[in-house]
Amino acid sequence: MRILVVEDDPILADGLRVGLGLAGATADITGTCGDARAALATHEFDAVVLDVMLPDGSGLDVLREMRAAGDATPVLLLTALDEVSDRIRGLDGGADDYLSKPFDLDELAARIRAIARRAGGRATPLLVAGGLVLDPAGLTAALDGRDVSLSRREFAVLSLLMERPGIIRSKGEIEERLYGWQEEVESNAVEVHVHNLRAKIGRHVIETVRGLGYRMRSGT
Amino acid sequence: MTSLRRRLFLILLFATGVIWFTAVVWIYQVSRLEVEHVLDSRLQEAARMVDSLVAGHMPASPAEPLTIPSHETVGYERQLSCQIWSLDGRLIARSSGAPDEQLAGPAPGFTERVIDGERWRIFTVDDAEKGVRVMVGDRLGLRDQLIADLIKGLLWPTLLIAPLLGLITWVSIGRGLRPLDDITAALKGRNAEDMRPIDVGHAPTEIRPVADALNALLAKVEAARQQERDVTAFAAHELKTPLAGLKTQTQIALATDDPAIRDGALRQILFSVDRTTRLVRQLLVLARLDAAPVAAPAAAVSVGEILDEIGATGGGCVVVDPALHAHRVVADREILGVALRNLHENAVQHGPTGGAVRWSLSSDGKGIVVEDEGPGIDVDELPLVRQRFYRGRSRSPVGSGLGLAIVEVATARIGWSLYLGPRAAGPGLRAELRALGDGDAIAS
Repeated sequence: MRILVVEDDPILADGLRVGLGLAGATADITGTCGDARAALATHEFDAVVLDVMLPDGSGLDVLREMRAAGDATPVLLLTALDEVSDRIRGLDGGADDYLSKPFDLDELAARIRAIARRAGGRATPLLVAGGLVLDPAGLTAALDGRDVSLSRREFAVLSLLMERPGIIRSKGEIEERLYGWQEEVESNAVEVHVHNLRAKIGRHVIETVRGLGYRMRSGT
Repeated sequence: MTSLRRRLFLILLFATGVIWFTAVVWIYQVSRLEVEHVLDSRLQEAARMVDSLVAGHMPASPAEPLTIPSHETVGYERQLSCQIWSLDGRLIARSSGAPDEQLAGPAPGFTERVIDGERWRIFTVDDAEKGVRVMVGDRLGLRDQLIADLIKGLLWPTLLIAPLLGLITWVSIGRGLRPLDDITAALKGRNAEDMRPIDVGHAPTEIRPVADALNALLAKVEAARQQERDVTAFAAHELKTPLAGLKTQTQIALATDDPAIRDGALRQILFSVDRTTRLVRQLLVLARLDAAPVAAPAAAVSVGEILDEIGATGGGCVVVDPALHAHRVVADREILGVALRNLHENAVQHGPTGGAVRWSLSSDGKGIVVEDEGPGIDVDELPLVRQRFYRGRSRSPVGSGLGLAIVEVATARIGWSLYLGPRAAGPGLRAELRALGDGDAIAS
């Protein structure tokens, strides 16, 4: 899961990057409204964590612009103001959820998973395809009732493919989801992850669509 | 509480009363004069008529005076009484209602006298040819009654109309004051949060100044509340964000098995604690300044010495004009020190690494100037940066948003002023402190 974090405080932003990483997500950090707009215009994110008070304006303005432009990316607002009226303003402004500072890192991760899941149109937290079950909260996978040990990247690739079974995901799309801006991506990284996944969950679960990308094989 | 309606009503009532009273007095006077004139003419005519009727056949000296009968009278009738006397003083004839006593003296013309307790007005005609003196008189009481009846005739309808007039006045005032009631009702109906201006579009010109003043006041209150809300919002943000950072980093340190990640988180925690410590220190300085009594009579202090104390000369890129060591000002040393220290920290924080911070005297030798080579402050942000917790667009990672607010409060405390603007040579901020009364600066 790739998340855009818009937070100007360097320590909190670093904490969110590392903390959300521990929860299995890839977080990109921006510190201003301007950078956030640029990031949203050029990249796809599964969720946005948006601080309300930013140096060059209000996060609520960014949110309104996103919604006005038809961008339905789920947004969780972070703010120091926790009066009911502020919460109402944020939610009515197009936010999907709201957390006031200081917050619990695990709760933040759970809420991000929830809004991303709802945005994907899924009601259950678990991803299921045939005998394969993925739990995004615990970062665990099970095949026919047996636990399968997956690395963080492998889990991310598999969950991306399972989120919308039957949809072909290109290599670029998968890389985008897996790696943040600062990370070096080796050219065959995705192939390696898929190869390792096939070794763990079976050769025929992930189908290679030549020239286009990968998808979950239907009927598995 | 005085009611405008009651006040207007009483004023109108009083004014109407005075006008009515004046009118009544005037009518009374005029009517009286007219009535007297008419009745006097009648007396005169009657006397002359009687005289012309007295023929030579009147007995020269009757044993008994002739009584001219008259019918029973009612109301204003039987006004006139008539006596005919011979010139030598014998009563020749009289009308039936006339008193026995001679009505008037021998002088011809009008006379007034009291006969049997009643006041009479008499007209006397002497007729030397016929040897008679005719006296015709009427009672003044009857005249007064006539005028009183006339006035009563005027007053009764007036008294009947008075309550009606009062009612109409009361209702009309109510209608006239309706715009005021409308505004009152509109204000009463508002909740405390509603600071929208009241509608002056239909307000009459008399109320508009009040409405305009009220709107101006509402705008001021709204602006003050907005600023208070902003400060609260900034404060909440600046205080809670470091706590959120601390909590997140702590949770990371507890959750991870990776020693590198844990070490990173702990370092961030340490940095955050340092930063938060500075924030708390700044808050305490501000609280002390807010609570400080009016500064005691100050002694002359050397600006250079204070700068030395706060370490402004320590760093290699800090340049202090030697003239500042000779520059002495009269100010509370501690508070001036707080202002200078915060200006210095602000300049160091916002300047680039290795960027110079220059302390100098202003060109007129009265202001203390510090310049940095940082990004400066945009013109639109200049009024805002003095607000508590406001951190501009070019914020430094260790800033608390309180530095310039502290300088602002401290300078105000010692009667000085803070001027902010762009540096003349190249980018950067120029801050100048100077006493409001220039006489405080003693150049030695």
